[in-house]
Amino acid sequence: MALQALGAAFLLIAAIGVIRLPDAFQRMHSATKAGTLGTTLLLLGVMASDEVDHSASGWLPIIFLLVTLPLGAQLLARGAYLSGTALEGLKEDPLADELELPGEKRREPKGPGSASS
Amino acid sequence: MTGQEWFEAALGAMLALALVLSGWRMVRGPSFADRFVALDMLTAIAVGFAALTALSTGRGAFLDIALGVSLFNFVATAAFAVFLERKRKGSSS
Repeated sequence: MALQALGAAFLLIAAIGVIRLPDAFQRMHSATKAGTLGTTLLLLGVMASDEVDHSASGWLPIIFLLVTLPLGAQLLARGAYLSGTALEGLKEDPLADELELPGEKRREPKGPGSASS
Repeated sequence: MTGQEWFEAALGAMLALALVLSGWRMVRGPSFADRFVALDMLTAIAVGFAALTALSTGRGAFLDIALGVSLFNFVATAAFAVFLERKRKGSSS
């Protein structure tokens, strides 16, 4: 029961982080790490309880989640960065200049319009 | 209701609250990446719901449903990541 409660609490914390954090990448950090831990703990707690029959293997979804959730988040973060999603609190991004990304916010301080100050 | 049933109802309420929060991020989310992160979170919560259903009904087959949902999750996330990368190449203006 402690494992199940902990898993549900971690899932709730991950959802609160998805709402509260200011940036797509920070939201991804919350959803992936806390979400993976929460689902794994919840599945472990369900497997450890006596009320579920043990003919079905619960280890398979746990292993699959531990492998694929970080992998999917990495793919998603790569796609999001390459599509020019703005990063919060980052003034200059040398990698974006190198790759010539289409992001608006990070290119703006170097543009000719912002030279008035 | 017994104590075990109250406990399962409390867990279900927590997961439902998490579902509402990430669904709100999916509706609100300013960029495409936010919506895809919210989709990832929603399917993780769906896996949690499948595990909770296995607990409350006592049928271990719902753990297989959890496996199927997580498989869906990975395929959808990989497809959307490829979509985001191709969006960059398409909008070269």
